[in-house]
Order: sequence, then structure tokens, then C-alpha cells
Amino acid sequence: MGFLVSAWNRYKWSYFFIAPSMFFFFIFLLYPVFRVFLLAFQEWALKGSKWVGLRNFQDIFFGLSSKLFWYTMEHTVLYAVVVVVVWIVTALVVAGLLQPLDNRVQSLYRGAFYLPYVTSIVIISLVWIWIFNPDYGFFNWLLGLAHVEPLRWLVDPKIALWSVILSTILIVPGSGVVLYSAAIGSIPRELYEAAEVEGASAVRKWLHITIPLLQPTTLYLTVIYTIAAFQVFDRVFIMTGGGPINATTTIVQLIYATAFSDFNFGKASAEALVLFVIIAAFSAVQFKLLSTEVEY
Amino acid sequence: MPVTLSQRRTARQRLTSGLAMTAFIYGLLTMDALVSLFPLYWMFNTAFTPGSEVIKLPPELIPKNPSLENFHLVVKAAPNIWRWGANTLFIALVTMGLHVLFDAMSGYAFAKRRFPGSRVLFWLVIAALMIPGQVTLVPLYIMISDMRRVLTEITAGWPQYSVIVEAASNYGAVILPGLADVIGIFLMKQFIQTLPSELEEAARIDGASELNIFTRIILPLSAPALAVNAIFAFQRYWYAFLWPLVVLQKQEYYTLQVGLSFVYRSEFGTNYGLLMAGAAMAAIPMIIFFFAFQRYFMAGIRIGALKG
Repeated sequence: MGFLVSAWNRYKWSYFFIAPSMFFFFIFLLYPVFRVFLLAFQEWALKGSKWVGLRNFQDIFFGLSSKLFWYTMEHTVLYAVVVVVVWIVTALVVAGLLQPLDNRVQSLYRGAFYLPYVTSIVIISLVWIWIFNPDYGFFNWLLGLAHVEPLRWLVDPKIALWSVILSTILIVPGSGVVLYSAAIGSIPRELYEAAEVEGASAVRKWLHITIPLLQPTTLYLTVIYTIAAFQVFDRVFIMTGGGPINATTTIVQLIYATAFSDFNFGKASAEALVLFVIIAAFSAVQFKLLSTEVEY
Repeated sequence: MPVTLSQRRTARQRLTSGLAMTAFIYGLLTMDALVSLFPLYWMFNTAFTPGSEVIKLPPELIPKNPSLENFHLVVKAAPNIWRWGANTLFIALVTMGLHVLFDAMSGYAFAKRRFPGSRVLFWLVIAALMIPGQVTLVPLYIMISDMRRVLTEITAGWPQYSVIVEAASNYGAVILPGLADVIGIFLMKQFIQTLPSELEEAARIDGASELNIFTRIILPLSAPALAVNAIFAFQRYWYAFLWPLVVLQKQEYYTLQVGLSFVYRSEFGTNYGLLMAGAAMAAIPMIIFFFAFQRYFMAGIRIGALKG
């Protein structure tokens, strides 16, 4: 008994300090994670769920609707690959262009590049709907000036996904520019000076000094942008709702529809687990990177 | 040593090529910035263009007759828009405030105190960083629905309080799961473990209580991290869309993001002037907030990068 009392006295404050956040963490995060593993193997009903083994997964991968799932995966992967590649290249180029400028000018530009992300994706997506409007939208007006036939950007199933992708990649990734700029700041000046003595051009310096030395940041950004791209939802939901005829449905959009249009909670949970596995694989890479160098 | 003609020429050439280079850099960057900022500019442009002129070709690049007509229209069409703004602010502020306090408390415990279970718990926190929010969407929805049903049943006997119950049920559904986020714990732990332990120990020898050590020493020293965590949390809950969309049941309790998507899906969805005015109203507070706290936003990006 005395041992317990002294242990309690010794540790009570520690438990007091972690209690509030651990309370919410266990109830609203750990427990739902545990529950999603159960739900994925159940057919959910308000009055008692039924175990169905692997049927939800069978449904997803081989069932009648499996075509939609693979179609959805295709969209998500295409979106992720294009967006991540363009974003990384854009951020690298922009950060490289910013490098020789005065610090205050740099931070002005960084602010400008980050400003679009300050408003929400919902807001920006509403503006894109207007820009993409087939009759009075800005883009079709531009095409008209160039004597190009107007496009039905978000309405034509053949190009709707590309329109969503275009709306994403036209905006310079502000976070990538900020992170790259910070990393560039820590590259030793002498390296560039040595290259200048040898008469290297700005482009060669960028290619042979900046890019190789930024590799950790590049790897890191690639992983976090890929994870974010696999979770794309807001802009798809607002701009197209996954349509037309599922032409823009992504994984999270599919989970949302399965859960809240079909009310098939079991299958939605199984789909969420598939997303979880994909993201966990990328997260493992991210975690590896983080444990090798945590930078602030 | 006399400067030869050829040397002079290269110096001059270098100068002009340097100038051309600078002009080129500025040109490219400015073009990039203009394209990036175009949607925001177009939103304000359309919002201030009176209704009939919005759907006109060619579009006006600057409103010829700027007016607030669209803003009046959107307030009339969606009278709840002020309420949505207040809801969003309320939810974001409450979640932020509790996060700042709770994250600092547990960050301090994990950084500076040893207790049985601390390693396992912190390992769980790190593991949870990898779990995307959508994974828990369905089980959380079921849990919250159950909690709401129980709340309604318990309070069924007091119909006079039904308004309060309804408010608690809607705000709670958004706020409570928001408090489970662990990124702030990680951030605070990383920061607090860089603080020297001598101050704490000296205070402990002087007989200061554990609570005082936390409030008088740890909290003031952590001010920069607290600010970053605050802004970062505020942004997360201000922008949140999927979860509020799923759990908010009545228009009065919508957040701005959910409300705007609702206006778009309503009969006013094709009135772009009205829609852009609504979007602008929702965007302005965050834009002001950004310019006021730009430094912390930029620091938040680096932490945001951790979560992805």
C-alpha cells in the first residue's frame, strides 16, 4: 500500500498534465481507429452489426462496384502524380529565382505565394467554378481571344479531372516555396562563390549545387504532397461532386459517398482502411526522414 | 595597373547581363505571383461588379461601376452568413484555446517528466500522426451520432432547454473530435525539451508547486511555440470542411465553409456575383489575420509540413 501511495505522490502531477489531451486522444482518435478495423469486417446496422469477414474488401476489389473503385484509384493516382511533380518543380524553380533577391523582396514574394492558401480551398474552388464557367467564364473568354473553341471544363467528363488538376497546379505551392527557401538559406555561400570563380552560370549553379543539396527537402516535400494529394476532397466535392458520371471521383470522395449516400458504413470503413494502408506506406517514409533530421 | 579595353568591356557586359538577369527573374516571379493570385483577384473583381454586368462578354478586368449590390444580395439570400462566420470563429477559437493549453501541458510532461507509460504513450502519439483524418470518419460519425441520441434522450424531459441542447450537440460534434489532434503535443514536446531544466529545478528547490512551475516558468518560456501552435490550430479548424459537413445538421450551426457550399448548391448557385461576394466575405477575415500574423503563419507551414 505504502508503495502505491508513494508512487502516486511521485507521478500524480505527470498524469495530471497529460490527462486532458490523452482523454480526447483515446476517445476520439485511438478508439475510432480501433473501431474502423472492426467496422471494415462488418455489415453495419443501427440495431446490431453482423460479421461478414472479408466481404467488404471482396466487394471493393472484385464486386459489382469494383470498376468504380479502380476508376477512383486511377483518378487519385493521376491527380497525385501530376500535382506532386508539377508542385515540386515549380517550388524548386521559384525558390531558386528568389534566392539572389534581397531578403525583404523575398519575403514579399513568399507572402504573395502563400496568400492563396490563406483563404480556404472551398472558397478558391468556388472561384474556379466561375473561372471555368462554359458561357461567361474567364478561361473560355481567353480561349476565345486565341480563336480556340470554348471548353466545357468541369462538365465534359473527358477533361473534368484535368480541369481540377489545372486549378491545383496553376497556383504556386506556397508551402514548398517557403520550405525550399529556408533550406537554400542554409547552403554555405562558399559553394556558390567557388562556382562563380570557375565561371559557372546561374542555371548551372542551380542545377549542380542547389538541387543536389536540397535533396532531403525534395524527398520530404514529395512525401507530404503525395499524402495530401491522396486525401484530396474539398476541391473535388465543391467543383464537381465527383462527377460528371464519376469522372473526378477520388478515394475520399468515394468514402464519403459510400458512407453518406449509400449509408454502407462497413464498406466505407474498408475503403478507408485501403486509403490508410496507402498513406501509412508514405508516412513510414516520412517518419524515416523525420527521424534522421528534424528541422525547425 | 592600367585597365585594358577588353577588361572594361567584360565588366560592362557583365553588368548589363546582370541587369537583364535580374529583370528576367523579377518578370518570371511576378508572372507566377499574378497567376497564383488571379483567383483571389477575380473573386473580388466579380464580387464588386453589379449583377447584370457579371455575365457579360468581354468581362471587365476592373469593375466599371463598382458596387456593393452583390454583398447586399448574398446577405439577403443567405441571412445566416454572419451566423456562419460567428460559428466558425467560435469553433476555431474554443478548439484553439483548449489545444494551446492541453498541448502545452502534455508536451511539458512528455519533454521534462519521467513517469510509467510515458514512452508508450508518446509512441502512440507519434504513430497517430500518420493516421489521416478520413480513416476515422465513419466510426467517429457513429460515435457522435450515438452520443447525440443519448443527449437528446437524457434531456427529453426538459424541452425548455432544447435550444441549448441542440447548440451543444452541434458545436460539440465539431469541437470534441477536434481536440483529439496530436500534432500540437508533438510540437510542444519538441520545443519544451530544448528549454534548460535548471530554472525548473531551482524553483522546485525553492518549494514552488508543480502547477506554479508550469504556469510561471514553462508557459512564459514557451511563448513562441504557443503562438505558432495557436495560429496553426486556428487555421486547421477555420478551414475544416469534411467533418463539419458531415455532422452539422442545421443551417444555423453551419461553418462558413459548409455554408458557402450550401449556398452554391442552392438556387443562388448560378448567381456568380452573389457567390463571389459570399466567398469574399468569408475570405477577408483570414486575409487580414494573415497579414497581421504572417511570421507565425510561415512558422506554421513548417509544422504543417510534418502532418502533411
